Amino acid sequence: MELFSAQNVVKNYNKFRALSEVSISVAEGSIFGLLGPNGAGKTTLIRIINQITAPDSGKLEFKGRPLKADDVFRIGYLPEERGLYKKMKVGEQALYLAQLKGMSRRDAMKQLKYWFEKFEITPWWDKKVMELSKGMQQKVQFICTVLHQPELLIFDEPFSGFDPINADLLKNEILQLRDKGATIIFSTHNMASVEELCDHIALIDKSKKILDGPTQEIRQQYKSNIFEVEYRGDYDKLTRNLGNDYQILSNEPSETAQKLAVQFVNGSTPNELLRGLLEHVEILSFNEIIPSMNDVFIKVVTENKQN
Amino acid sequence: MKKVGIIIKREYNTRVKKKSFIILTLLMPVLFAAVTILPTYLATMNDTEERTVAVYDGSGIFLGRLESTEYTKFHFIPKEDYDKLRDNLKGSKYYALLSIPPNVVTTNNVELFSEKNVPFDLKNKIDNNLSSILENDKRSALLKEAAVPDLEQKLEAARTNIHVNTIRVGDKGEEHKSSTEIAMVLGYIFGFMIYIFIFIYGTMVMRGVMEEKQNRIVEVIVSSVKPFELMMGKIVGIALVGLTQFAIWVTLFIGIFQVAKGFIPDMSPEQAQNLMAQSQMSGQMESVAQSSQVQEIFSMMSSINFPLIIGCFFFFFIGGYLLYSSLFGAVGSAIDAEEDAQQFTLPVTIPLIIAIIVMMNAITNPEGPIAFWFSLIPFTSPVVMMVRIPFGVPVWELILSMVLLVATFIGTVWVAGKIYRTGILMYGKKPTWKELGKWLTYRS
Repeated sequence: MELFSAQNVVKNYNKFRALSEVSISVAEGSIFGLLGPNGAGKTTLIRIINQITAPDSGKLEFKGRPLKADDVFRIGYLPEERGLYKKMKVGEQALYLAQLKGMSRRDAMKQLKYWFEKFEITPWWDKKVMELSKGMQQKVQFICTVLHQPELLIFDEPFSGFDPINADLLKNEILQLRDKGATIIFSTHNMASVEELCDHIALIDKSKKILDGPTQEIRQQYKSNIFEVEYRGDYDKLTRNLGNDYQILSNEPSETAQKLAVQFVNGSTPNELLRGLLEHVEILSFNEIIPSMNDVFIKVVTENKQN
Repeated sequence: MKKVGIIIKREYNTRVKKKSFIILTLLMPVLFAAVTILPTYLATMNDTEERTVAVYDGSGIFLGRLESTEYTKFHFIPKEDYDKLRDNLKGSKYYALLSIPPNVVTTNNVELFSEKNVPFDLKNKIDNNLSSILENDKRSALLKEAAVPDLEQKLEAARTNIHVNTIRVGDKGEEHKSSTEIAMVLGYIFGFMIYIFIFIYGTMVMRGVMEEKQNRIVEVIVSSVKPFELMMGKIVGIALVGLTQFAIWVTLFIGIFQVAKGFIPDMSPEQAQNLMAQSQMSGQMESVAQSSQVQEIFSMMSSINFPLIIGCFFFFFIGGYLLYSSLFGAVGSAIDAEEDAQQFTLPVTIPLIIAIIVMMNAITNPEGPIAFWFSLIPFTSPVVMMVRIPFGVPVWELILSMVLLVATFIGTVWVAGKIYRTGILMYGKKPTWKELGKWLTYRS
């Protein structure tokens, strides 16, 4: 089921076009990756979802009805540019932000107690934010984002500023929130985490959406008949017998074997290749190479630049 | 609206609970009192250094007639000692040497030799003493010549000192005892206070906005509340801080006033004036004169329309503050770094500085065209009108000034809101004036 959708959203800042006719659809309980190079319009779209700015035209729907002002209480937003009042105490500050999200003081206290215990940061309650390390501040910030149990969570570069241990902790929290039914829009430049977390992605470049679909499908879609063969044997002998239907991209010798990357041309099949190789070398493994999100991103954005 | 309340509460609490606020609020009246009272007190302190002045009286008129006081002694010396002393004043027991020539009656000149510069008080004392002795001698001679019986007494009785009682006639013909001096002092105090308050609390709004932008908390907050709500919450919260401070000061002032009043003998203004007139005639009862002067000030203070002044103060403070703090807020939102503040705050502060300059003029000429126009222009009216109010301002002028102020601050708050909501989310480069103008046209 669809939790949120934007249809044909347009936003201009005078003559500068920030978003042109962008549509996305976010399924309930999924993690939606919002990708794009810097300045593509991601932040503008996120701000529109958070009702920080309004689109010039386009439709926004939340749970199948038009997005309304009160929906900010159902959305949690962790912006890329984030921070806290440095001189305010951690607990007071978390309470303040929770109340701005429409929580009563009592509910906020109860939730805060739960989260502070979970993150083992209860002793920080009366500390000023400026006394905390950056990573600690990020934890507090994360808690403030999820405290009011939003149905839609928007994380913009959530892992920046975290060490690997805390980044992992945060990743698990995000997955847990998803498992409990929250829907997540996730914006990052870290493509490894996109592969790991996102069910669906949309890529925005130069104010337009240029790619949209389930993560795995997109990677399949961008594969280009490249196979990796690990073998033992003579490379020269192998190439001599390979024929013209294949293009060798690389051959890396390793300690015990060699790794060959080969691309199919002229519509030959993996089985034909295998058959040809079997006679000359010893095959250890044979895999089709599916492009990483990183490769897809670079390919798509580079092509878009040339157009 | 509920969310604005939460914001106001935070803005207010974090500032009022600050140690610096509490200390400054309580210390300010003490400092103010110290600044005004201390110089007066020091001035009245007597010079307690003992000085002996050697006097050589060539004329012989003053011999034995110069009265020594506790700290200043006059010691007459003969001619030969004078010659010696003139060359050896340094190292002698005398502080100074006064030389009166034989022809002093005609030349009116004497010489005072000293090693150091003579204190003004001492010079004054010698001057007064010598002059009055000579004057008395001349008078006596004249009186003898005229041979009018009891002339001395008659002349004394002819001495006059007019006291101008200023009375303001109200619209309905009622009369108020007024005091130009008190109106000036009050106008100055209230005008200056508005200026200081707008400046302090306006820049406080600017720094608050900059803090939120620099901390990067602003985007988190505007995902919960509208930027305009955040701006207004901050402005109102800080206004309440200012009013709290003002209320504390007024309470302290009234407290001190009441306590001070208890020490002044209770007299009607007429009694006080009679007493003053008497004391002036006799020229002796100085302490009585002083206390009756204080009494008169108190009686005139009671005749000033304080409810109107305080009411107008609140109105013009709030109006002027809203006008300026919204502009200061817009400036704070547009810039990233403190260093850039100067360029944008200057145009905002210039009208305020003009107001304070005009105030100096308005205080001496509250009915003049400069005072009139600048008390209507909304950017200067809070300061300039406050100066005029203690002198009495026609009702239509007051109302017109108020209406213009309200209309203008609604306008500036609107403009500031537009700049603010774009500015707080713009990081990086310093905007130009042209860009600020463009922000006004962005759709929210």
